[in-house]
Amino acid sequence: MANPNGIGAPVRRREDQRFLTGRGSYTDDFKRPNMTHAVHVRSPYAHALVKGIDAAEALAAPGVVAVLTGADMEADKVGSLPCGWQIHSKDGSPMKEPGHFPLARGRVRYVGDAVAVVIAETREQARDAAELVVVEYEELPAVASSTRAVEGAAALVHDDAPGNVCYDWHLGDKAAVDAAFAQAAHVARIDLVNNRLVPNAMEPRAALGEYDAATGDYTLTTTSQNPHVIRLLMGAFVLGIPEHKLRVVAPDVGGGFGSKIFHYGEEAVVTWAARRIGRPVKWTADRSESFLTDAHGRDHVSHAEMAMDKDGHFLGLRVSTLANLGAYLSTFAPSIPTYLYATLLAGQYKTPAIYAEVKAVFTNTAPVDAYRGAGRPEACYLIERLVDVAAGVAGLDRTEIRRRNFVPAEAMPYQTPVALQYDTGDFAKNLEIALPLVDYDGFQARKAASRAKGKLRGIGFATYIEACGIAPSNVAGALGARAGLYECAEVRFHPTGSVTVFTGSHSHGQGHETTFAQLVAERFGIPIENVEIVHGDTAKIPFGMGTYGSRSLAVGGSALVKAMDKVERKARKIAAHMLEAAESDIEVKDGRFTVAGTDKGLGIGDIALQAYVPHNFPLDELEPGLDEQAFYDPKNFTYPNGCHVCEVEIDPETGVTEVVAFAAVDDFGRVINPLIVEGQVHGGLVQGIGQALFENCVYDESGQLLTGSYMDYCMPRADDVPSFTVRYHEDQPCTHNPLGVKGCGEAGTIGASAAVMNAVVDALAAYGVTHMDMPATPEKVWRVIQAATPAMAAE
Amino acid sequence: MYAFSYQRPRSLAEAAAALQAEDAKLLGGGQTLLPTLKQRLARPSDLIDLGAIPELKGIREAGGGLEIGAFTRHAEVAHSDLVHRVIPALASLAEGIGDRQVRNMGTLGGSIANADPSADYPAAVVALKGTVLTDRREIAGDEFFTGMFETALEPGEIVRAVRFAAPDKAAYAKFRNPASRYAIVGVFVARFGAEVRVAVTGAGGSVFRAGAFETALAADFRAEALNGLSVGTDGLNADLHASAEYRAHLVTVMAKRAVEAAG
Ligand SMILES: Cc1cc2nc3c(=O)[nH]c(=O)nc-3n(C[C@H](O)[C@H](O)[C@H](O)COP(=O)(O)OP(=O)(O)OC[C@H]3O[C@@H](n4cnc5c(N)ncnc54)[C@H](O)[C@@H]3O)c2cc1C
Repeated sequence: MANPNGIGAPVRRREDQRFLTGRGSYTDDFKRPNMTHAVHVRSPYAHALVKGIDAAEALAAPGVVAVLTGADMEADKVGSLPCGWQIHSKDGSPMKEPGHFPLARGRVRYVGDAVAVVIAETREQARDAAELVVVEYEELPAVASSTRAVEGAAALVHDDAPGNVCYDWHLGDKAAVDAAFAQAAHVARIDLVNNRLVPNAMEPRAALGEYDAATGDYTLTTTSQNPHVIRLLMGAFVLGIPEHKLRVVAPDVGGGFGSKIFHYGEEAVVTWAARRIGRPVKWTADRSESFLTDAHGRDHVSHAEMAMDKDGHFLGLRVSTLANLGAYLSTFAPSIPTYLYATLLAGQYKTPAIYAEVKAVFTNTAPVDAYRGAGRPEACYLIERLVDVAAGVAGLDRTEIRRRNFVPAEAMPYQTPVALQYDTGDFAKNLEIALPLVDYDGFQARKAASRAKGKLRGIGFATYIEACGIAPSNVAGALGARAGLYECAEVRFHPTGSVTVFTGSHSHGQGHETTFAQLVAERFGIPIENVEIVHGDTAKIPFGMGTYGSRSLAVGGSALVKAMDKVERKARKIAAHMLEAAESDIEVKDGRFTVAGTDKGLGIGDIALQAYVPHNFPLDELEPGLDEQAFYDPKNFTYPNGCHVCEVEIDPETGVTEVVAFAAVDDFGRVINPLIVEGQVHGGLVQGIGQALFENCVYDESGQLLTGSYMDYCMPRADDVPSFTVRYHEDQPCTHNPLGVKGCGEAGTIGASAAVMNAVVDALAAYGVTHMDMPATPEKVWRVIQAATPAMAAE
Repeated sequence: MYAFSYQRPRSLAEAAAALQAEDAKLLGGGQTLLPTLKQRLARPSDLIDLGAIPELKGIREAGGGLEIGAFTRHAEVAHSDLVHRVIPALASLAEGIGDRQVRNMGTLGGSIANADPSADYPAAVVALKGTVLTDRREIAGDEFFTGMFETALEPGEIVRAVRFAAPDKAAYAKFRNPASRYAIVGVFVARFGAEVRVAVTGAGGSVFRAGAFETALAADFRAEALNGLSVGTDGLNADLHASAEYRAHLVTVMAKRAVEAAG
């Protein structure tokens, strides 16, 4: 009988009970005896020399325990925050990797760069005293935009990065692309900006450092998506603490979207300071600090061209991108606009030749790194906008040009010209499922109805493919990753048959406590209540690479399957012993171990008990216990893909765009929990729609953040989006992991922005609009209508 | 926040006395003041909470219109049967302020005393021939708002209530800032017999009346009467969300929509 909470069941998230009733335990909830509070003194300037820091008044303020600076860290030989990925430029030279210190040393490079930390008995006292720290700055010229940064006269963010260039990289076959353009019948061109975003996880970042002088043990509790990675980076590179003396705990974490992958300076500050002052130190960002210092996302400026034959078949794609990395290299920053972006530029199309150049630059802004989708939304947006322009140039319907160029399902596995090998996918099928969902045939009638009301209507498509399940370590290593990207799991059966799973994947909204438990319940035929999922603690979990890049189920889930395989092998041995049968005669189904051809059998619970009460075990052949561990390193990336369709209605009088319909058809491979998958898609779509219509991070030319609060940075709300139509199909499972899963965490964000903008541009086509940069704010839309209206009236 | 002392007087007189303390500040619903304190942009010595003063509460009919106590929350105005009956446009204005949480806390007195250029209530005070009643005097709505975050209130003066005249027809049309949900432009149109008032908030440094719109609508109370009219861009706000030109355009569009909604 199928397990009611097994694979495919829409089990409600077990963790929601504690989240929704306020009983989660987040980093800021932890209180330790004798705990102190840290507040950072941050630079109000985008670029300045720090000529002096006078902490005398702050030190004399009530409750102040210490005021520490970059000089104190330097004296303690604290290192630079390491970068986890190395990119080489076209000429073979390694990227520029300037120092990135938890507390600035002599120079600050963005508004929010930390110069000192004030530690006091209470948070309010620390805040009061932080205002009393007198920092003498000498302001320097600053540069905030990537396009300005590469101009000759621009201020230099780092003296050792001439022209502000971190690297100038390329991928693909330039000569083949040039040849394709030489024989093109049509060429489509586009210039576009992928707007900068602030991640805005609901829980701000926080960190609590502790040091036990009796044992020499450190503990860092932090808002992280990957505690083991933080332990490695901070322990080995920044503070010089060996792993066995450093425990990193990432308890309940209230959203990350990538921004909590990275090792941030505050984590090192509280850990280091805890030892220095001999007391626990807690820091929690306020929302303003989050805006200023969480790693931001996107921020690309690109030019792209597509060469086509006379029938609109793609012959070659040429892309050149300027990527803003901010003031310092965040942990994975260099990999985002390169290996997570340019490698995806084939999209779903069989474009035979692709060449991409990416110049990544430093600016006096917050560091930029992975944000939900990380490189892949930028690739999807570029391709899908360009394909719409190409449809116009070639005179084809926008669905037809896509059909003509899709990689056919029969061509799988498909080697793209930009390094990846897609294993499965039926792109045409996604589109065919999507069209009736939005009644594409009825669109013209709806458009006419809108026109009768004085409104403009547009429909837009986006097809996407992403490389998830990050990542095969051998591939990642060859591409510059300084770490392996496998995952680890341990499955521990207890004597009475319940199970604790220790996973290196970290859940901060993804629902692992449910999905992973479903895998165990299904495999061993036990109630889901008997399975506990433990994550987020380096003292409990053997190892882990954490959660990002839609990797948890594909990599962490596969590790869990491997560990369960090992448990089953051991259980089979125990069963054979107990049933006095040969191991090869034991058949296993739904957690029951039976002797073939007989009705003799045992449940996994009986076996577990025997494993821990091994009164008559043949100890030379069989160890007691039922507790197995596995590491899983993926053989390839996984390739979730899909087709998103968006319909918008625009009020030409005000320029307001309303998303009136949205359908997402996704291929995530096998789906373990459809309810959670749909939730992930919904959240992703809202984020993608947010980028297209609302969200925009703006720095002025002097490097001041103009959108530093929700009064100016517009987050999408529930009433800004329609009811979504979400479908998935499971007939293209991943071929190289045991579950056949591909990952669903980022998909919504990847396809949605392009679908929305294609719809907006379609609605405005009558005004001669062929492109608009995001976000399509009311004024921007109104202006293009205004600009075109006199011309149209004259016609 | 910096430390302050907190007081909760039981009468207007007690509040006025407490307000004598140096750097004392009145606390209404706190929706503007508390964020300001949290960001350490203000440092009052005392906060005088107006929430326990009976004289500041309640909605009643007066002089053919409404008198609404200063400490009446936006949500109370939005849901009041009396307001819906006498001046429905005022209820719908209140329903469109910020979000539910803000409406459940923010008060009429706090809103007009603060005189945010993008607040909604100022448009109603001006368009509905409002009178601001304080603990000392009555101030005509037309004279109350004197500039950006500036009013005719003297130091230590407390808004007690606002009196609104009941129009024959009225409506408020708002183009909200998508991020903050304040008004980028809000236009309140009210018709009293042959007189029409058009009050514009959000667009300029302070609420203002659109004289040419009023004349046109007095002659012909239809949206078409505003065709070709504009308040011009002089003195209009410009920021990340809307240029002066766009705001001027929106004033005309919102005025037309208000006229249509007023019916
Ligand atoms: C997210 C958000 C969205 C918002 N959106 C809107 C919007 O769309 N439209 C809009 O109009 N407003 C909006 N507001 C503002 C909201 O309406 C506030 O409630 C209002 O501006 C202030 O009212 P309050 O009662 O909260 O006053 P407080 O914040 O307590 O006080 C504001 C000021 O008024 C003074 N004050 C208070 N009461 C009196 C009194 N009786 N006499 C004299 N002085 C007094 C205080 O001393 C203080 O200086 C928004 C606020 C937030 C936080």
